[in-house]
Amino acid sequence: MSDLWPRIEPLLARVEKPARYIGMEMGTEPGNLAPRHGSGRAAFLLIYPDTYEIGLPNQGLQILYEILNERDGAVAERAYAPWTDMEAAMRAARVPLFSVDTHRAAGDFDVLAFNLSAELVYTNVLNLVDLAGVPVRNEDRSPDHPIVIAGGHCTYNPEPLAEYVDAFVIGDGEEVVAEIAEVVGAWKRGGRGSREAVLRELATIPGVYVPSLYDVEYDGPVVRAVTPRYPDVPAVVDKRTIADLAEWPYPKRQLVPLIEVVHDRLNVEIFRGCTRGCRFCQAGMITRPVRERPEDQVRTMVREGLRRTGYDEVALTSLSSADFSGIEGVVGDLVTHQEGTGGVGVSLPSLRVDAFTVGIASELQKVRRGGLTFAPEAGTWRLRQVINKLIVEDDLYAAVDAAYSQGWRRVKLYFLTGLPTEMDEDTLGIAQLATNVTDVGRRYTKQASCTVSVGGFVPKPHTPFQWFGQNGVDELQRKITLLRDAVRGTRAQVKWHDPKATFAEGVASRGDRRVGRVIERVWRAGGTFQEWSEGFVLERWLDAMHAEGLDPDWFVTRHRTREEVLPWAHIAAGLHADFLWDDWQAALAEHGLPDCRWTPCYDCGVCTDYALEHVVAATTAPAGGSQGTGQDLSVAAAGVPVRFLGTKPAAVAVGGAGVGA
Amino acid sequence: MRGGAANPVRLRYTKLGKVRWISHRDVARALERSFRIAQLPLAFTEGFTPRPKISFGLALSTGHESDAEYVDLVLAEAVDLDELPVRLTASLPEGIAVDGAAALADRAPALQEAVTAVEWRVGVAHRDLTAADTAALRGAVDAALTASTLVTTKHRKGRDVVEDVRPVIRRIVVCDEPSTIVEMELSTQPRGAKPGEVLAAIGEFTDVRTRRTHQWIERDGARQEPLDADTRPRVPEACAS
Repeated sequence: MSDLWPRIEPLLARVEKPARYIGMEMGTEPGNLAPRHGSGRAAFLLIYPDTYEIGLPNQGLQILYEILNERDGAVAERAYAPWTDMEAAMRAARVPLFSVDTHRAAGDFDVLAFNLSAELVYTNVLNLVDLAGVPVRNEDRSPDHPIVIAGGHCTYNPEPLAEYVDAFVIGDGEEVVAEIAEVVGAWKRGGRGSREAVLRELATIPGVYVPSLYDVEYDGPVVRAVTPRYPDVPAVVDKRTIADLAEWPYPKRQLVPLIEVVHDRLNVEIFRGCTRGCRFCQAGMITRPVRERPEDQVRTMVREGLRRTGYDEVALTSLSSADFSGIEGVVGDLVTHQEGTGGVGVSLPSLRVDAFTVGIASELQKVRRGGLTFAPEAGTWRLRQVINKLIVEDDLYAAVDAAYSQGWRRVKLYFLTGLPTEMDEDTLGIAQLATNVTDVGRRYTKQASCTVSVGGFVPKPHTPFQWFGQNGVDELQRKITLLRDAVRGTRAQVKWHDPKATFAEGVASRGDRRVGRVIERVWRAGGTFQEWSEGFVLERWLDAMHAEGLDPDWFVTRHRTREEVLPWAHIAAGLHADFLWDDWQAALAEHGLPDCRWTPCYDCGVCTDYALEHVVAATTAPAGGSQGTGQDLSVAAAGVPVRFLGTKPAAVAVGGAGVGA
Repeated sequence: MRGGAANPVRLRYTKLGKVRWISHRDVARALERSFRIAQLPLAFTEGFTPRPKISFGLALSTGHESDAEYVDLVLAEAVDLDELPVRLTASLPEGIAVDGAAALADRAPALQEAVTAVEWRVGVAHRDLTAADTAALRGAVDAALTASTLVTTKHRKGRDVVEDVRPVIRRIVVCDEPSTIVEMELSTQPRGAKPGEVLAAIGEFTDVRTRRTHQWIERDGARQEPLDADTRPRVPEACAS
């Protein structure tokens, strides 16, 4: 209906990176999308609430874009957060948020569907809804306004946005998006009747949570209960999970942008889910079980994707890519099957050190030597047992030895700080590891160096650490300073994440419904792009909490008790509360837990409750490794046993009060 | 001999419409992807990190359009140049179309040095982006063409540089219809100027829609379109024996 391009183009001469707003990526069909509107099809605007460069490569959004556009009853376009200069120009010229495909006004769509990958984008979500000309609060919207939906990992605690998002999707989107399209399409063809009626209908779809249909009661500051107001609305919303990744070979036509973006390469998802069981890792907990893509399909998707896109680099993506059953074969063939010339670069994000072998290192270095990042996450074996990142130091040294020996000069090590039970020995252990790593490198090259990247730990819902009181700003800063001082004079370099931003992330991560008004206040005070240091001011968050009568430390640094009803208790990732609590207690007792992909099931609850199972081609870890793969950890280091949780180690007598640094 | 022979090729392409908002570097990346999709047998540099032998012509500013951009590349083996434009255009974004290909002589001078003049078609507005007064525009153009110097401030690498752009201007014509369009021909050597800089130098004007229409290689008093300069016969075998 409305092509806003004639009003958008005059703004572009005055903004940074105007190509963010033109669309035209290879793989889109704007000419085909335009006429599909207005024909009774459910029209989705898929929005990534950060810049185009960050949002364009998002695989989840691209998958849904394709699935929706393949359907007769739906049409999907995309939008991204305009940078502040463009937003100012748009507001001055009264140009609303628009799609980049056909430059159609956001308000002309039936659904605004947000991808929530990180909590600090919440203020951008409100800003984009507002820029679309839609009231930011659910209660103020009429049937003339689009339905605001959100999906992505952050929806496992939807409460902070409960008064702003009409419906949340929990879990994998591939199947549920079609069911939502059916309901929205019927609503549209019926002349867009009552919002409540269509939301009631959406709430009957498994995996869909409609917060306005639930009442929250408080017991003092604590949530007492979240209860549905109607009998047909589920008391607990379970996540959706696709059982077999092989049935979903998406994206089939990955979008190729005209400007440089992050992850600017072909991305092929090789498996979803991870059972390494790192206790800090929300992604690993909520995406269980492991579902591998068949090796043949991976090869086909890589071959056809490279041919179609003209990319010269491919990333094999997952939460721990070296764990893929066929990894060495796939990488080796990719490297040898290319015909002369510049070749194809292969990158393996999320490499575990215990699976990074000389074999993989030498295959990767044959073509292009990108950066290598390993994530030991903690500086001592003791703390790595607490967080269940069961990597022994020798594995790390073997991995960096493999890398340096194959010609890498610089490796990056990623750590978290502010972890449960963390002590200064653990922080200093990071410096020691980094020093040892550069010593390994110097056997091969004098230029060997390593970058230590430190992020502040934010406890996440649906993880064993969801009860842990996060370290405050001062404590995180003290640890970072301690680490900086300890590496001074070495060949290691420390980079760190702003502890203030970590604090704000903590507010949003484990906040309840009342935190929504805090987010709204931060947004109204001008706080957009909170993931970008230029846009972030912690005082805005603290002032907003004060204005709402909420205590920041109560939300962020307080340890929760087992009895407390957590604000996300009515959202289920399939993990039994008992499993998570037991795993939390095991963490405090410094007990590790093996990977259930290759060892017997300890019944976290996901497979048994949802009748799912791992889809894994190999019965052993492909590249060896120390966790549940035959290596006896009780001998490997420090004599600390790893036990199955099912066998219940001797009662763990560590109270919540004793936790933390 | 033929198998290992280098085959230098020059391509001409457009940059028109929405795609004008991507940078020169983005255009280069799109072309390189189109070469890979078409599986062109590119020749690569020697060494540790082989690079395809591709060299681009004069940069085109983000936001400017063009009917005539050029790129030189070296192929490891000969390909059918007649069908090459269509093959490449199929995988390029709308607005970037390869519309000419010519076999290049060995060791032809690089485009960036060889091109000596460019022509532009420019939509003109007042500096404050309101409509330009056409009488004032005509007067300013006439005055500029009779002036001996035209000093203006250019922004280069984050600094303001004062320069005389008069030597760059070869021709400026205000079109009869619509009268806020000017055509200009500018030198590129030893240094050039952007149409907007020329407009700012002659009066309180700026460019609002800017399109490069021609590039010229001038040598020994003659001027040639780059696809016709330094090229060699397409089928040398036909001339033999």
